[in-house]
Amino acid sequence: MYSILEAKELADCIYEFVVKAPNVSANCEPGQFVIVRTDEDSERIPLTICDYDREKETITIVVQVIGASTFRMKSLKAGDSFHDFVGPLGRPSELIDTPIDELKQKKILFVAGGLGTAPVYPQVKWLHEHGVDADVIVGAKTQSLIIMEKEMEAVAGNLYITTDDGSYKRQGMVTKVIEDLYAEGKKYDLCITIGPMIMMKFVCLLTKKLELPTIVSMNPIMVDGTGMCGACRLTVGDSVKFACVDGPEFDGHLVNFDEAMKRQQIYKTAEGRAYLKAKEGDTHHGGCGHCGGDK
Amino acid sequence: MDVLKKVPVREQDSKVRATNFEEVCLGYNKEEAMEEASRCLNCKNAQCVKGCPVSISIPDFIKEVKEGNFKEAYDVISKSSSLPAVCGRVCPQESQCEGKCVRGIKGESVSIGKLERFVADWAFENGIKPTVNAEKKNKKVAVIGSGPSGLSCAGDLAKMGYDVTVFEALHELGGVLVYGIPEFRLPKEKVVKKEIENVKALGVKFETNTIIGKSFTIDELIEKYGFEAVFIGSGAGLPKFMGIPGENANGVFSANEYLTRSNLMKAFKESDTPIMIGKKVVVVGGGNVAMDAARTALRLGSEVHIVYRRSEEELPARVEEVHHAKEEGIIFNLLTNPVEILSDENGWVSGIKCIKMELGEPDESGRRSPVEIKGSEFEIECDAVIMSLGTSPNPLISSTTKGLEINRRKCIVINEESGETSKSGVFAGGDAVTGAATVILAMGAGRKAAQGIDEYLSSKGN
Repeated sequence: MYSILEAKELADCIYEFVVKAPNVSANCEPGQFVIVRTDEDSERIPLTICDYDREKETITIVVQVIGASTFRMKSLKAGDSFHDFVGPLGRPSELIDTPIDELKQKKILFVAGGLGTAPVYPQVKWLHEHGVDADVIVGAKTQSLIIMEKEMEAVAGNLYITTDDGSYKRQGMVTKVIEDLYAEGKKYDLCITIGPMIMMKFVCLLTKKLELPTIVSMNPIMVDGTGMCGACRLTVGDSVKFACVDGPEFDGHLVNFDEAMKRQQIYKTAEGRAYLKAKEGDTHHGGCGHCGGDK
Repeated sequence: MDVLKKVPVREQDSKVRATNFEEVCLGYNKEEAMEEASRCLNCKNAQCVKGCPVSISIPDFIKEVKEGNFKEAYDVISKSSSLPAVCGRVCPQESQCEGKCVRGIKGESVSIGKLERFVADWAFENGIKPTVNAEKKNKKVAVIGSGPSGLSCAGDLAKMGYDVTVFEALHELGGVLVYGIPEFRLPKEKVVKKEIENVKALGVKFETNTIIGKSFTIDELIEKYGFEAVFIGSGAGLPKFMGIPGENANGVFSANEYLTRSNLMKAFKESDTPIMIGKKVVVVGGGNVAMDAARTALRLGSEVHIVYRRSEEELPARVEEVHHAKEEGIIFNLLTNPVEILSDENGWVSGIKCIKMELGEPDESGRRSPVEIKGSEFEIECDAVIMSLGTSPNPLISSTTKGLEINRRKCIVINEESGETSKSGVFAGGDAVTGAATVILAMGAGRKAAQGIDEYLSSKGN
């Protein structure tokens, strides 16, 4: 069991947990992820590490409630625990292995969407601690879904916040902010974008035009997270890669996003049904004829 | 009683079992076991023992069964095997102990596997556990992986008095015994958990959710945590795909994924983890894992076809498994090889394009290699494809351990006698060394390495 030291709601349906996990905190680096199970019946849920403290032996994760297993996480409080917590998985961000002097020469832009703000944070923080201030764009549908603004402000160079509906700060998609910045005459040498696949796809389409090298962090369906099942396979350039062991970060200009987005849909119906069951009890048997149930 | 024939073992009816996940084989009862045991000739120069990778004193335990001394029979077996209830169920006895049985020359060999299973199950039911007599040695050994090789290595080392900790990457102990082999062949609660309890009873400690190579490296285990020797039994976990067009379509799974969802994550019953239940599923491959995936899909309600490029004779799966699969209604499309997976406009599998094969000249392995018949392409309509083409070792450990030699197939290189790797004090065995093989070969390797570790640590002194 892995005890939860802090738990709070960051935004509607988005929760942050600080977890005691010495086996993970000892060797983890920005860009890596963990797999968490709420309880004995839970799925294995891959979550990018959002922060870590080697001395306190803690890992911070941010979760959005989207299915049955994450729904049960909602009720967890400080003092409760996760049944399983394993990592660090995947490869660290390439930034970690790049000489600091080289990074200092570069203008780096992070583009975060929604929940993606959380995994962007440790990378920006790591750079900040190494004397590199990167610019950060954070986008969300609406004001209530903007998370970690203060934390990000403390470590980012320029922070640009945008909402789709214009309810907070700038209005429009993250791609619009990139276009605006370039129109103002800004230029970057490296872009790192984390968020919904559809957002990363459009960021990549734009940065390709701008000839801005772009790294994406992929979040496909996974089971074991150690390379065993191949559920997370992606087409990157000409080859098939496993996000869990070859990634999760890849050259965004080489990722086949259309295929990756289709693959994310595989269990939508099954997951939806399990979620409704967790939320409302065993009332959904598919009998209504609307959800494609078979009874 | 016909002494030339085995006492038949009771099984669940094929029509009934095709719809449930209960164990297929029901095993012998006392009377049946004693009767079968009486068929053993108790050979002086027992060939069966030579066929057993862990060298169980087979005639000795069978003699005890024959006389109704089941506790004594268990003691004989547990001297050599840490997992008899598992081995009695999943060992390929026909090519090992039973394949060498003298009874088998004229009639049917003695049913050694079923007898072993009976003894192990009887011990469970009667609360009998293996015992440790050795003095504590106060030396720490780390075992990586709680699959068959790790468990057998850990069990043997504990029996010798070592302080053993097993590190497991997944949340559940047992390795392939829990994520790979389905419930209907190897019950998890009734058999696997109890076998692991027995290893725990020997004093072995277990840590789940710890990935060596990620959470810690082998060097850290030795330098930081004070382990004096390490055994790598991390298995062969990486699934292979064919590399044909369409393989990333929705509805194409590796057998590892499909089985892990069903077995480890319990998707076959109530669970948060979903599994796709296809209307018509094509399983590509002919090994035991392919049979397991096919029979799982069948039980979940799919029509299941096995597509295999050679003929029935070359099927690498155990004869018993093929026989069971056929009985249950799995359709075999032999001498057939996939060339492309077809999908609809939304990216879901809609069929599989195959080509007919014929057998040509024998290759290096002695098997006749399949050759495509030109122009014989045809399509099988289906909505799910399970690729069961074998696995290769996971590079998580080899890529993070300095001085660990691997070969071109990414398998760890060892000294065959001692099990020691190119790195001093680090031993390895099982699929991580051989590539995908069987439970019992992995157990044999685990035992051998336990010997090797004992010799290494004894010669090192204090």
